[in-house]
Amino acid sequence: MNLFRHVADFATFFFRSILIPWHLGTTGPRILAQIYDIGFGSLPIIIVISAFLGLVSTVQLSYQLLGIIPRYFLGAAVGRMVLIELGPILTALMVSGRSASSMSAEVGTMRVTEQIDALEIMAIDPYRFLCFPRIVGTFISLPLLTVIAEFVAIFFGALYAHIFLDVPFNVFNYGLIHNFYRRDLFGGLLKSLLFSLVIATSGCYFGFRVKGGAREVGMSTTYAVVTSCILILVLDFIVALVVFE
Amino acid sequence: MIEIRNLSKRFDDLVVLDKISFDIEDARLIVILGPSGTGKTVLLKSILRLIPADNGEVIFDGKSIYSITEPEIYEIRKQVGFVFQGAALFDSMNVFENISLPLIEHTSLTSKEIKKRINKILEIIGLSGKENLYPNALSGGMKRLVSIGRALALDPKYLFYDEPTTGLDPIMRDRMVALIVNLKKNYQKSGVVVTHDLDTAQAVGDEILMLKNGKINKLEKVEKKFYG
Repeated sequence: MNLFRHVADFATFFFRSILIPWHLGTTGPRILAQIYDIGFGSLPIIIVISAFLGLVSTVQLSYQLLGIIPRYFLGAAVGRMVLIELGPILTALMVSGRSASSMSAEVGTMRVTEQIDALEIMAIDPYRFLCFPRIVGTFISLPLLTVIAEFVAIFFGALYAHIFLDVPFNVFNYGLIHNFYRRDLFGGLLKSLLFSLVIATSGCYFGFRVKGGAREVGMSTTYAVVTSCILILVLDFIVALVVFE
Repeated sequence: MIEIRNLSKRFDDLVVLDKISFDIEDARLIVILGPSGTGKTVLLKSILRLIPADNGEVIFDGKSIYSITEPEIYEIRKQVGFVFQGAALFDSMNVFENISLPLIEHTSLTSKEIKKRINKILEIIGLSGKENLYPNALSGGMKRLVSIGRALALDPKYLFYDEPTTGLDPIMRDRMVALIVNLKKNYQKSGVVVTHDLDTAQAVGDEILMLKNGKINKLEKVEKKFYG
């Protein structure tokens, strides 16, 4: 029963945050600030992780498949695995760890130091001021980060195959290109769009609900990250059933 | 004029406000006096529906704040400036940005006009030249002055002060009291001052109400102290 109430509260919070009149002149700069913070701020870590993701994927696939299937298939296997699953999921989990926690901590601190009350008193809707830019900023940033992550992962996979597995770039690319399906790419991007909504909503939702002090702010960041990670995996399964089944 | 009628609020078994009624007439400052933890801040926030009361009514210039929609509440709140006990300044914004936020959000003033208005406000609160400082570089008293500046930004009719002098050194306390008196006298700002400091209450209040055990009583005799 409690779970249903939380789900209902979470959904209400999300729609309350996005179905809101806003003005480009005042909200636009805040959206850009969020895109900069979430997008550019996450870029270094996303590049590093994606590079290792590509390397590990290639090592694992070559270990399991080379000798059984043609060498060009390595490009196809790495590419499809990264586009469909690993790219969107790992990028979302990384952004969740980095941004959902910081959103929750920031909004939670604003709650306990009465800054959200101050917004209310100044007749500034805190949902529009705090949540809407974060949700839109994540919605724009995450798919872009995902595309970058996928590109980096595939590049490093191809590089490893070229140097250590005797699979030249052109052979890797042949497998990659001849087994490229637009559905893989768009399915992965659809995932990242949905993931972005749960990451930003979790961060803001748990921040908004903080009552107390520093301990409760800390707990809210934990709840935000754990909840967004669980929701990411649930959504991943649902999209897999709907798009790829 | 703000009319508070039978305002009640309880947290579980604890009755914080028990059918509180009083009026805030134009150009008058009402002081709510009482020891810490008696619900003064709850009363202040309930008047503005920041903490919704369980029962009762608050009528702002003829409009009941407990029977209107959220956008209508926002329209009423634009007529109110609130000075928080902890200042509640936005950490990521400097003094100028903190004070200008309501102007950017609610007016169509140009940046030049906003700057002019902020300079005037900084002059009133005595913080000219401090507009580029961030809250972490301000003392507690200065933060509270900026909070008053931000409350003044939209030139509200009412000002609500939550413990404006608590924790300040005597010099800053006198400066704060003088500012509150000045705003009432020269800018006709009416409102409520919540405090547990009798000296502050005597210095600024036109009327002093005592909040104790959820009930409010008027203190009949008020000796005025002169500030400024």
